[in-house]
Amino acid sequence: MSTIEAEVDALRAEALEALAHADGEAEREAWRADWLGRRDGRLTLRLRALKDAPPEQRAALGQSLNQLKATLEGELEARREAARAGEIAALSADAALDVTLPGRPQSSGRLHPVTQTMHDCIDAFAEMGFRVFEGPEVEWARYNFDAVRIPEDHPARDMWDTIWIDTLFDGERQMLLRTHTSPNQIRVMEQTDPPVRVIVPGKCYRQEATDATHEWMLTQIEGLAVDEGVRMSDLKGTLYAFARRLFGEDRRIIFHHSYFPFVEPGVEMAIDCFLCRADGSDCRTCHGTGWIEILGAGMVHPEIIENAGYDSSKYTGFAFGVGIERVAMLRWGIEDIRHFYQNDLRFLRQF
Amino acid sequence: MKLPLSWLRDYVDVDLPPAEFAARVTDAIAEVEGWEVIGEHWDPELVRVAEVLAVDPHPNADRLVLATVNVGEGPRTVVCGAPNVAAGQKVAFATEGAMLVDGHTGKRSKLKLRAIRGVDSAGMVLSEKELGLSDDHEGILVLPGDCAIGASLVDAIGDVVFDVSTWANRADLLGILGFAREVAAVTGQPLREPDLGYAESGRPASDFVSVTIEAPDLCRRFTAGIVEGVEVGPSPPWMQQRLARAGMRPINNVVDVTNYVMLETGQPLHAFDYELVRGAEIRPRRARPGERLTTLDEVERDLDPEMLMICDGEGPVAVAGIMGGGNSEVSESTSTVLLEVANFHPGSIRRTSTQLRLRSEASLRFEKGIGPDLAPYAQARALHLLEQVAGGRPAAGLVDVFPTPLPSPRITLTAARIEQVLGIAIDPAEVRRILTALGFEVTGDDAAYEVTPPYWRPDVALPDDVVEELIRVHGYERLPTTVLRGALPAAQPRPLERVRERVRSLAAGLGFQEVISYTLTSDDILGRVVAADDQDRARPIAVANPVASQHTFLRTSLRGSLLTAYAGNRHHEDAAMRLFEVGVEYLPTEADLPHERPVVCAVLGGQRLERWERPGPERLDFFDAKGAVEAILDDLGVEGSFEPGEEYALLSGHTAAVSVGDEAVGVVAQVHPEVAAAFDIEEPVFLLELWFEPLTRAIPERPDYAPPSRYPEARRDLALLVPAATPASALLEVIRTHRARGVRISADVFDEYRGEGVPAGRKSLALALRFRAEDRTLGERDVVRLEQGLLRRLEQDLGATLRA
Ligand SMILES: [Zn+2]
Repeated sequence: MSTIEAEVDALRAEALEALAHADGEAEREAWRADWLGRRDGRLTLRLRALKDAPPEQRAALGQSLNQLKATLEGELEARREAARAGEIAALSADAALDVTLPGRPQSSGRLHPVTQTMHDCIDAFAEMGFRVFEGPEVEWARYNFDAVRIPEDHPARDMWDTIWIDTLFDGERQMLLRTHTSPNQIRVMEQTDPPVRVIVPGKCYRQEATDATHEWMLTQIEGLAVDEGVRMSDLKGTLYAFARRLFGEDRRIIFHHSYFPFVEPGVEMAIDCFLCRADGSDCRTCHGTGWIEILGAGMVHPEIIENAGYDSSKYTGFAFGVGIERVAMLRWGIEDIRHFYQNDLRFLRQF
Repeated sequence: MKLPLSWLRDYVDVDLPPAEFAARVTDAIAEVEGWEVIGEHWDPELVRVAEVLAVDPHPNADRLVLATVNVGEGPRTVVCGAPNVAAGQKVAFATEGAMLVDGHTGKRSKLKLRAIRGVDSAGMVLSEKELGLSDDHEGILVLPGDCAIGASLVDAIGDVVFDVSTWANRADLLGILGFAREVAAVTGQPLREPDLGYAESGRPASDFVSVTIEAPDLCRRFTAGIVEGVEVGPSPPWMQQRLARAGMRPINNVVDVTNYVMLETGQPLHAFDYELVRGAEIRPRRARPGERLTTLDEVERDLDPEMLMICDGEGPVAVAGIMGGGNSEVSESTSTVLLEVANFHPGSIRRTSTQLRLRSEASLRFEKGIGPDLAPYAQARALHLLEQVAGGRPAAGLVDVFPTPLPSPRITLTAARIEQVLGIAIDPAEVRRILTALGFEVTGDDAAYEVTPPYWRPDVALPDDVVEELIRVHGYERLPTTVLRGALPAAQPRPLERVRERVRSLAAGLGFQEVISYTLTSDDILGRVVAADDQDRARPIAVANPVASQHTFLRTSLRGSLLTAYAGNRHHEDAAMRLFEVGVEYLPTEADLPHERPVVCAVLGGQRLERWERPGPERLDFFDAKGAVEAILDDLGVEGSFEPGEEYALLSGHTAAVSVGDEAVGVVAQVHPEVAAAFDIEEPVFLLELWFEPLTRAIPERPDYAPPSRYPEARRDLALLVPAATPASALLEVIRTHRARGVRISADVFDEYRGEGVPAGRKSLALALRFRAEDRTLGERDVVRLEQGLLRRLEQDLGATLRA
């Protein structure tokens, strides 16, 4: 072995030995400065001293030293690479998280379940071309009752127990909290010419004792479509689409005969019970009938069409009224309507 | 209405099981709310009909008797404690093992026979309570005489009683016969009408009484029948049983007949003791001022001149159509009955019964509207029954005063209208079958039917009323589902609702939980948040009949509702809460509906959550509330300006009025601690409110747009000393309005500091300035020049100096 080789081998051995003990990035950096530093690294100095070597050895020595430099640089990079991989491995292993711990809390808010249900109902009807209209909650008795064919001394008034405004006009109470959204049928038709296709959402009020299924403040959507050629089969189709959208694509609907003074014919719509699927069990929701009453509907009474200034022989229409709380209760299985307006966060946060 | 199946079957055959029958009725006639099966627990072998052959004293007990009964298997002896047991009665008889209700405990158990006071009993004669029929345990149940000895009790008197809710315009459905007619039409069975026959005796009724209608607008028809020789006493068991099942208490045979015929036909009747009708005359007339009448319920009634009275020769004897008077009541001593069957104006009956707060079975029927021709029908039926069950002799004919009979309405219904309304045609044969079965007369051809409704259907007046009759019997299930055709209506822009719904979603996105509160509140709660001199809000609209006193006033502010909700939830929420509500303030106006002013109101406060979902030391503050307002306005594409404000119930110095452009759009503030305390909130709580009407006006139709600059902006941070009272917004306003040719300067505040290093009376505000030219990249020298120009302006206008 030549002396050159011996010398380079010794240098390599010493450098690699030192590198092997250089743990941590700071020590590796110190090692780099010690051996490969630009100014006074030992190998740098040795390379710089090449010019003093005997000319016949210079080429061979230079080649060996440059090889050594490449080796050392390569080893350093390899060591650094290994250290990074080790750190990442340690991050995955030693510093592994308990991912079951709770996340950092964010403030989050939700819409009230009645609002959510209202939005879903509005969306369902909007797809069928219904636009939103709104009317006042404090209403004239003549709109709430007389204009929808419920005169003062008619027993149909008993269908809606009324909260009256305590203000007299000509010695009489004439204002009330609307008991239903139906007066807006009149308000819409007064303001527009056919075709009409609107839904009217809003709060309604009833003077009645509350229990698990009755609340004195409630939310309704009124629907109204009036045009040439509006048929009762269209009412059924519209409500069928609504029922499937809200309660599932496999829903079925039926109409029962009913009576509301402002429609003729008048019906109540029921959907098949998606809870018991009419399996004959003692179902609390449908009482074993297999059908759940959802809303009242019918063809707009021809007198109402005429009173709006439309020709009832030409124009026909349908109307319906949906109770939003009832829909929400069915969707989520809420057992008591009185939860809605107590504003208890423990209730509201679940929707 | 209670509808006993056994009674209904007098008029129409029904062989459907109860559930199926209920479903058919609900589909086409009226809503069946439920039903009760009578005799469900009666074992047909063990509970049977027996006849009482003899009643003898018990040898060892005064209060007990030994009854000998026959169940068709020879005489048997039973011990019985009932006071009413008598020979000749048909009774319900149970033997060992029958499932009965215990008369004392009310629990169901199996009958175990034992000797009573030394005498063995072969079985038990049963009370209504033991049969589960009622709570009556005073005596035994006496069965109708036609029950067959030895028959199973369930076959003899078992029944299904349906509970049916009928309609406000259908008096005929409040009669079992009317109901039967509908069932017959729906099931295709024939209808059997009841027996109206009776034997008239010599003198005509008009010899007994004269009738003069003085108020023909309120009394449309009055018929009077006379029955002589009645023997007032209990009505027969079969009649008592039917009345009881239909929900009426048996009284005596005469009164029971009037109730029976009312339940049967829907036509109310009233029986007077003829001897007590003074002057042998009847005058339906309006009450005279000051007149009073004590009605059968022993209440003295004040009458007013719009009320229709039935009067005799001297004064009122009944409130027409509602309740009779005690002065002419049928009693044990009555022998001649004057039977009134009349027709009254429905609205008048309803007004009077509302005013007297007196609803009766009669008024409930009259107010719905009854055809006048039902009166003679019900007279005949009642006279038939009085002859049968009270031994009476009906006088010849009726006194029938009917001043203006109305012609039956004739309705032309075209086949085209049926299809126009329903979307389907109905076969002409089916049209005729349905209408005929319901009692309508149908003539005309198949393109245009001429329809005459029966007299008991005054609710049918228009072609579409007839269409409803057709489709409900034909079956709604035959109606297809189709989609609306035709043009979509023109859209009406509703910008306010759009902004409102957008803000609602934003608020939830910003971490606020939506609540919905009752809109009726108390003056106490409103008074906490509304200043007494607030013209719009301090005089809220009251309701006349609140459901509860805390729900008397329409809220003129949402703030009380939200603070109430905040306080209520604080009991179980430890950490920060953010609540909001979208609603209206009901602001009174002069002689018109109130202005329903739409607002969003939110409250927030409490300790911010830390890493471990535990409330930390840092609380939500004013700037959380303001930040929410800024975020909402930013999303709507507008910039708000905030000025110190003063408002009732809000903490001065911690209140900002919010405006956009020229519009005042809301407020953000800390709630005054004393106001918060009034709601039991013992921590700082903050409030924001935005008003949708001005906010909507302030939002531009299109947001301002400028393309992004191609040149970079230069940034400089600097700290300025300003007088402590100078708001940051004043600084920003000067910077915003500072004009430097071609260069846009904008600024944000990023720190406020007072204390060491800042002279007393001044504060330090740190500003991040941004300079941007539209046409070039700004150099260092440009920026220095611009900054110096701006500093001079700030010093001039606000006394601001650069902090060393
Ligand atoms: Zn069910």
